[in-house]
Amino acid sequence: MIVGQRKPIQEIIGMLKGIKNILILGCGGCATVCSAGGEKEVEILASIIRIDRKKKGGPVETKEKTLARQCDTEYLEELKDEVDKYDAVLSMACGVGVNFLADMYPKTIILPALNTSFMGVSEEQGVWSERCAGCGNCVLDKTGGLCPVARCSKHLLNGPCGGSQNGRCEINPDIACVWQLIYDRLKGLNQLEKLQEIFPMKDWSSSLHGGPRKIVREDLTL
Amino acid sequence: MNSASNLKKVLASGQFAVTAELGPPKNADAEVIRTKAKLLSDCADAVNITDCQTAIVRMSSIASSVVMMQEGLEPVTQMTCRDRNRIAIQSDLLGAAALGVKNLLCLTGDHQQFGNHPNSTGVFDMDSIQLLQMVRMMRDEKVFQCGEEIKGKAPDFFLGAAANPFADPFEFRALRLAKKVAAGAQFIQTQLVYNVEKFAAWMKAVRDLGLHEKCYILAGVTPPKSIGMARYMKNNVPGMDVPDHVIARLKGAKDSKKDVQKEGINICVDIINMVKEIEGVAGVHIMAIEWESAVPEIAKQAGLLPRP
Repeated sequence: MIVGQRKPIQEIIGMLKGIKNILILGCGGCATVCSAGGEKEVEILASIIRIDRKKKGGPVETKEKTLARQCDTEYLEELKDEVDKYDAVLSMACGVGVNFLADMYPKTIILPALNTSFMGVSEEQGVWSERCAGCGNCVLDKTGGLCPVARCSKHLLNGPCGGSQNGRCEINPDIACVWQLIYDRLKGLNQLEKLQEIFPMKDWSSSLHGGPRKIVREDLTL
Repeated sequence: MNSASNLKKVLASGQFAVTAELGPPKNADAEVIRTKAKLLSDCADAVNITDCQTAIVRMSSIASSVVMMQEGLEPVTQMTCRDRNRIAIQSDLLGAAALGVKNLLCLTGDHQQFGNHPNSTGVFDMDSIQLLQMVRMMRDEKVFQCGEEIKGKAPDFFLGAAANPFADPFEFRALRLAKKVAAGAQFIQTQLVYNVEKFAAWMKAVRDLGLHEKCYILAGVTPPKSIGMARYMKNNVPGMDVPDHVIARLKGAKDSKKDVQKEGINICVDIINMVKEIEGVAGVHIMAIEWESAVPEIAKQAGLLPRP
């Protein structure tokens, strides 16, 4: 899923300066699953904003709503009859939702309440970590299913570097050295010979370096 | 112009080689390089010029190399993958070769988080092994990384790489060196050796793969300048292995700072003498960054002078 976390409250309050009527818009997809921008978080954020503004003598009207997702036209269209009523929409979706709202409602101020962090997993209650960098050119068949692009601090394709010690990454002992994990896993699978081949330089044009990406599936388009 | 690298000549002749290391200044003063180069000029066959080591902004390694050459000293120019993509690296290497650089050490580079601009982008378009491969292809096949032909003069570098025998997983370290050699490494400078026993075990694995016959291996050494520095390397530098007996030896020195430094030099000389006896070790790389003045003394005591 896409993992995000709410921006610091003072940053959000700063964005809302002068705004008197906001729609705080949750997302029922990833943002709900990672407890950053679902119905519950919308409710909490709305009340924090109201209390703050009341204290400062500039009350604000908040409307709370959570869509099934913010990355599909059909759900965003639910707003079409009401969006003009607000000074701004504060989206609690990932950056994808914020963008799509802005694309769809050109005359409305759309603001982000979250920092979109990464594509990752929920390791345990309250702990998320990155697994995929979305580079557009998957190498996991060669690395035992573990991604050096997302999980090696230097995206090494011929690791591990000289800073791998006791299974940890040199930049932070809280980070596992993915190349140690790859080594261990390939050893367990009797595939260590895969590590003896030189991994060629990667084509980054399928990642963000090739410009914004788009997929068109002729078989599905109407 | 463009006679072969002195370092290559010394190594090819079978003489035990000595390289040293020079960190460029954090300013635009060429005199800093000249002064350090003078200290090192009679005791090393070539001297590494670091490329913003530990991700701290310093004078460019290529520019510093040119200043060093003006002092009559041969540089081993370091090039990392942290700050440049394949376009910038190839462009800089054409320039370096045109300016007379003959030795190139290909490194991935320290992560930007360690340096003084931790908020910067880390480029890492390629890693050190891919960099070696790219530069070898530029030299031997006269092609840019994209496959386009280099029309005219191609850069001709004696190619080096680093190896850390003390990082994990230990059993993969010699195999990773084999990848570097296959990619194009002709000489190797290792991480600092304090644990000679482990280094010897790594060298055995290296010999078992026949790599000592395919590249020249220079053991990295440095004199510990203080007990604090030795402890810091032991506890805070990932991939460093400083056995307790090294620290105990420094502690055994008389109290004054000077005595500890003298013992640090003795330790370094002893390590050189030990690694010299290991089959397949072709030289030493004496890294005494910010203590360049120690290098002549170490080289002298280790019987490595005069240089050819």
